Order: sequence, then structure tokens, then C-alpha cells
Amino acid sequence: MTSAPATPAITPAPKPAPNARFEFLLRLGDDRLVLGHRLAEWCGHGPILEEDIALSNVALDLLGQATMFLRLAGQAEGQGRDEDALAFFREALDFRNCQLAELPKGDFAFTIARQFLFDVYAVVTLDALSRSRDAEVAAVAAKSLKEAKYHVRHSGEWVLKLGDGTADSHARIQRAFDALWRYTPELFAADAIDAAMRDAGVGPDLPALRESWTALVRDVVHRATLTLPHDAPPIAGRNGRTGAHTEHLGHMLAEMQIVARSHPGATW
Amino acid sequence: MVAGGLTGRATRDAVLAVLDAVMDPEVPVLSVRELGIVRDVGIDDAGAVTVTVTPTYSGCPAIQVIEQDILSALGQAGYRASVVTTYAPAWTTDWIEPAARAKLKAYGIAPPGVREDDGGLVQLMRRRAAVQCPYCDSYETEIRSEFGSTACKSVCWCRACRQPFEEFKAI
Repeated sequence: MTSAPATPAITPAPKPAPNARFEFLLRLGDDRLVLGHRLAEWCGHGPILEEDIALSNVALDLLGQATMFLRLAGQAEGQGRDEDALAFFREALDFRNCQLAELPKGDFAFTIARQFLFDVYAVVTLDALSRSRDAEVAAVAAKSLKEAKYHVRHSGEWVLKLGDGTADSHARIQRAFDALWRYTPELFAADAIDAAMRDAGVGPDLPALRESWTALVRDVVHRATLTLPHDAPPIAGRNGRTGAHTEHLGHMLAEMQIVARSHPGATW
Repeated sequence: MVAGGLTGRATRDAVLAVLDAVMDPEVPVLSVRELGIVRDVGIDDAGAVTVTVTPTYSGCPAIQVIEQDILSALGQAGYRASVVTTYAPAWTTDWIEPAARAKLKAYGIAPPGVREDDGGLVQLMRRRAAVQCPYCDSYETEIRSEFGSTACKSVCWCRACRQPFEEFKAI
């Protein structure tokens, strides 16, 4: 007596391991692309001419850095996407920037506070990345670090001027730090991608960098006669690194991507 | 004039001579070689020239123009050329030689000073060495903004001759 042939077990096809290097490079590139675009919104609207030029200069550096990181990301993905394809033909869900970068630019104090928090983050992370075992990442990071040091001096000096300035400037930048602080834990919340890159000697140990970041930020904020909120509970659940964004990113991308999408492949 | 019949060394020198005449579009008194943008020139057996360049700043919008200018100058000189970009080592103003610094000053741009030792990750409110005014040589100057008309320049003011001027930032 023969039994019915056993139904072959349905084994789901193994999920392809996420391309950690691709994801890692997207995070670095998208932070700079999105924040660079937010800064560029000041072009023609700066409070004084020098600041208009300075914010646009910093925006340009960030877009240049984004170009380099996204180019490497496209190569890591291996699907033929270049930096422009990644910048202009992805949806908000596919962006991997921190939420801090995508918030609307607000007033000048808000822009400066956000920029300072990011610039210090950029300096501590790029410094670590400049010693990456990945030669391409190390080269881009070393170049970007030189620029980031100019950026942090610019935003840091403005934190001092606004904090230790008039009652109005003090109140405005204090309000900005109060509103922004809860977006900062995300910067150091390492997940499996970060762990894989750290173990490979490519990426930094993000949680370990948080202490030096906090010390640098606190020093300037206190000298500016400002205070930081006591705690910053991390954003619950998914964050920008895994594609969860505030409502603001989609609106920003609509404006940023419209020309490239309306005229794909156009040159001038 | 095709590279084929020449010796490697002579050909490389000839290519470098062509590049000496390619000026930076933003600072047209300096050639792309004097600025340190050209990092290497390679010539293969078939005479094809590869010029390796590095951007000054990541977002410098002039780099595409510079690449086009290099290709067009070499093309007009009869070379088949291509340009590749490198990021390591990162560009530094240390590569601008004294003769080129003198040209900058004569053009009205204060040449880059000595690159400061970082001495820490974040240095705020640093006390920089005074920038010398390219017009009257006074050190009675102040920096108005570290970000100027191009990524590579800061905006300064001379209290002695009461003139604004630009400084090539040390990086």
C-alpha cells in the first residue's frame, strides 16, 4: 500500500539579504540631499546678504557630498541607478534621511539650530568614516569633513550670537532647540544595517559617538545661555532610516523632483 | 600632432603644457594645474590621454566646466582625451605654489594662509591669523563671512584702505 505522495513543503524563497552597503550609503547621501535642499530654500530669502550666500554655499557643499555618496550607493546597488536617478526618481518611502533633515526650514533661528545639530553630527560621523576600511567611503568622508568643519563653525557662531543676543533672538532659538531635540535620538539609533557596517569596519559605532556629539552640542548651547531639554525619547517605531518620514518630506520632494520627472533625461 | 611617435616623457610634458593654458573659470589667473585640480596625466600605448582631476569643494559647480575645458583644449591640440575624477587625497590649498599665490594676490584675492592644525574636532570662535589685504598689505583686516562668491573664498574687509576683498580659504 502506497501512501499518497507527500505534499512538498512550501518553503518560501529566502529573502535576499538587504544590501547593507547600499542602505548605509543612502542614509549618508539622503541626509545631505534633503538638508541641502532645505537650506537652498533660503537662497534669495536670507536675513542679510552674507547669510544668503553662506547658507547657499553650505547647501552646495551638502549637495556635492550627496552626489558622491549617492553615486557610491548606486554602484553598491548594482541596478544601474546613478545619483540623479536616486535623487529624483524615488518616493518619500524610499528615502533614508533622518527626520531632522526634512523638517521645514522655519525661521532663521530654527534653520541655524537644526543646522548646528546636524553639523556637529556630520563632523563626528565623518571623522570616524574618514578611517573607514572602505577606501571609497573614507575618501568621500575625508573630503566632506573639511567642509563640515567650516559649516559647524558657521552654525555654532550663529547659535552663540542668537542665544546671547536680543530677547527675541534668544527666545526664538531656544524654541527651536526645544522643538528639535526629540528628533536627535534618531541620529544615533543604530539598527542591523549600522551594526553590519560597523562590524565590517566600514561604518562608525553610532551609539558610541553620541557622547562626544552631546558634549560638543551642550558646550556651545550653554555658552549661548540656552538650555537643552532634559530627555529626548526616541521616535517610537520606524524612523527615517527605514523610510518612515514626517508629512513634510513628500511635499519637499514634489517640489525638488518635479522638473526631472516632467522632463526625464532632459539636458541643457 | 598625435602622441604616437613621441617618447612617453615628451608627450606627457606636451600634455601638461596644454593644461597650463586651461584657466580656472572662477579664478581665471590660475591654471587648473596651478590650482592643484589636475592630479595626474596618463598616456596609453595608443596615445589616448587620461587626465585625473579632483574637485576643490564637493559641490563646486565649476568642475563640469573645468572638465569640458580640459577636453576641449586637448581635443584642439589633437589628443584623444578623457577625464576621470578622484577624491583621494582630498584637495588642499597646500598644493597652490608660491608663484600661483603671487598671481592670486596681484588679482586682488588674498592667497590661502597656513592650514591650521585642527587640534580638536570642532573649534568655534577660533582666533585666526590676520589676513593680509591684497591691495594695501595691511593686516588691519576682518573676516566678514567665511562663505563668499564661490565655495573656495571668504569675504574680508580692510580697515586700513576701507576696501572689501576676498580671501582664498585655507582648507
